[in-house]
Amino acid sequence: MDKENLLQMYYEMVLIRRLEERGAELYQQGKIGGFMHLYIGQEAVSTGLIAAREPRDRVITAYRDHGVALNCGISANEVMAELLGKATGMSKGKGGSMHMADTSKNMWGGHAIVGGHLPIAAGFALGDQYAGNDNITICMFGDGATNIGYFHEALNLSKTWNLRVLWVCENNQYGMGTAVDRASAVSEIRQKAEGYGMMNSRVDGMDVVKVHEAASEALKYIRTEGKPFLLEIMTYRFRGHSMGDPERYRQQEEVKKWQENDPIGIFRNYLAAQKIAAGNDLDGIDAQVEIEVQKAVEFAEASPEPALADLYTDIYADADIR
Amino acid sequence: MARITMREAISQALMEEMDRDPAVFILGEEVGVWGGTYAVTKGFYDKYGAERVKDTPIAENAILGAAIGAAMVGQRPIAELMTINFAFSAMDYIVNQAAKLRYMFGGQFMLPLVIRAVGGGGRQLGATHSQTPDAIFAHFPGLKVVSPGTPADAKGLLKSAIRSNDPILFIEHATMYQVRGEVPDGEFLIPIGKSTIQRPGKDLTIVTYCKGLELSMKAAEELAKEGIEAEIVDLRTLRPLDMEPVLESFKKTNRAIVVEEGWKSYGVGSEIVSRIYEEAFDYVDAPILRVAQKEVPLPYNRTLEQAALPQVPDIVAAAKEVLK
Ligand SMILES: Cc1ncc(C[n+]2csc(CCOP(=O)(O)OP(=O)(O)O)c2C)c(N)n1
Ligand SMILES: [Mg+2]
Repeated sequence: MDKENLLQMYYEMVLIRRLEERGAELYQQGKIGGFMHLYIGQEAVSTGLIAAREPRDRVITAYRDHGVALNCGISANEVMAELLGKATGMSKGKGGSMHMADTSKNMWGGHAIVGGHLPIAAGFALGDQYAGNDNITICMFGDGATNIGYFHEALNLSKTWNLRVLWVCENNQYGMGTAVDRASAVSEIRQKAEGYGMMNSRVDGMDVVKVHEAASEALKYIRTEGKPFLLEIMTYRFRGHSMGDPERYRQQEEVKKWQENDPIGIFRNYLAAQKIAAGNDLDGIDAQVEIEVQKAVEFAEASPEPALADLYTDIYADADIR
Repeated sequence: MARITMREAISQALMEEMDRDPAVFILGEEVGVWGGTYAVTKGFYDKYGAERVKDTPIAENAILGAAIGAAMVGQRPIAELMTINFAFSAMDYIVNQAAKLRYMFGGQFMLPLVIRAVGGGGRQLGATHSQTPDAIFAHFPGLKVVSPGTPADAKGLLKSAIRSNDPILFIEHATMYQVRGEVPDGEFLIPIGKSTIQRPGKDLTIVTYCKGLELSMKAAEELAKEGIEAEIVDLRTLRPLDMEPVLESFKKTNRAIVVEEGWKSYGVGSEIVSRIYEEAFDYVDAPILRVAQKEVPLPYNRTLEQAALPQVPDIVAAAKEVLK
């Protein structure tokens, strides 16, 4: 990876972090409602992963989707506007935090039914196979989602039909308050792929460079072999499951230990050690992000609410019918 | 008698029944260590242990399927669906299994199962997490559907549900856990399948339940200021449906509206209105109106969501319309 791309990844990780920190503040002020799940701590996962895709590869994920949206090239303005439920959000204020999509950027959404989007991802790959192209669908989901039937049905189908899907399990070690070992029969999620005879690997998700390498390899395999692959990415969410999580299920020491493993800090050290960028250069990027996020907040706050008539738009594709 | 919240009333009912009957246990997502996503089972894990308060994987089919199996062999499970929206992920277990197994096998076993599920809109959770699909479930013979509107009813109905030998879907409303009301201490049962008058009146009948009750009570106060006395009938159980209090009230007022949070088409109101026309046609003085959710998936934006949900002024307007 060249310097420009590495710095782009750094910029995206800092943008996710800063935008979500501001988002959390706006949530506390009551300007954002509903459920909001922060990605803080997991930035290296989607950043490294999505940097490895071709623009024609599709991305679909769960409700923890702000980072994925930004990595796919959706603007901070639109992400913030959607969080505030404004008409200028990419889902016109109808979706909110959990439902960010911009299909023109091949970001096919944030989905709030755990595991529900996995068979749909298989369907994207089926559609592409049917069309005769070699596009890949990158489908992200949590560790908890691998215990629901949807996951198993989708994996089986993708292997049986040779669908080009990169299954990406973001193992942040908890599904809400339930630790992996309390809910899953195997503690390495990648083992589940073995049962379907599917190629798989496991990578450290706090190191964006490693994530990028692992994802690139997996994508190459899928593209050339025409078969699915499961990549398990080990990570940790630094914040609660969603806003207002009492966090009775984990020790503060454990959270601290992981926070010392900050993916942004790790990447800064890497960039310095490789003499790619000095601290000053990176601080410059941080400052630029600060401004971008501030502008996004201003844009979102100044944006109009959706019109009442919009309640009835987008229900059907045929001329809107009540 | 104590003034407690809906949350406390439900919690109390669960605890009393767990203390009374060792066959009763709870299973569901985050019911244990977390204490329930709506804090209803807070403290249960410490009190009853992991054997009786079972945290499950995210696997709605397995949760309901296992609960059905355990019920068939003599236990009395209470399965919690984190929200009723996830019932759709396990629809087969509710519709094809719980509602039919006893009947298909000629009554060889009982299926004493309670499925607790939180429903309702108004919290900006978006289209998939905000539904009030109660009517769908009430469609199926073999299933009982209960949805309380007051803390006392919640306690009395839930205790009865846990003692019932049939599968019961018990629907709570996500915005009503803080609602307070007088609730009898200790043993207190309300029969499943009995509607009741929550407010006496003579001018029109408002038929409703759950969140609709909260809204209708407020609307009745508004109407009272203008000298209109609404009688409010709370269904409490959607199946089996008890029409007696509804018909009795209607025969007195001759005018009615039905208030529900779910969508209007093919909804609870559709059923109630048909029954009134079928069973009390001679008493009808005005078309019976339905107040319900607009026919749209609920959006995230707060203003739009509130515009789609039935509101107190909608009820007041409908009441005045049938009194014209
Ligand atoms: C079918 C379904 N069941 C339950 C839920 C409630 N729920 C939302 S997120 C979540 C935990 C998911 O954990 P995981 O897959 O590990 O993802 P993470 O939140 O850790 O990113 C649960 C139980 C849901 N949204 N959908
Ligand atoms: Mg997880």
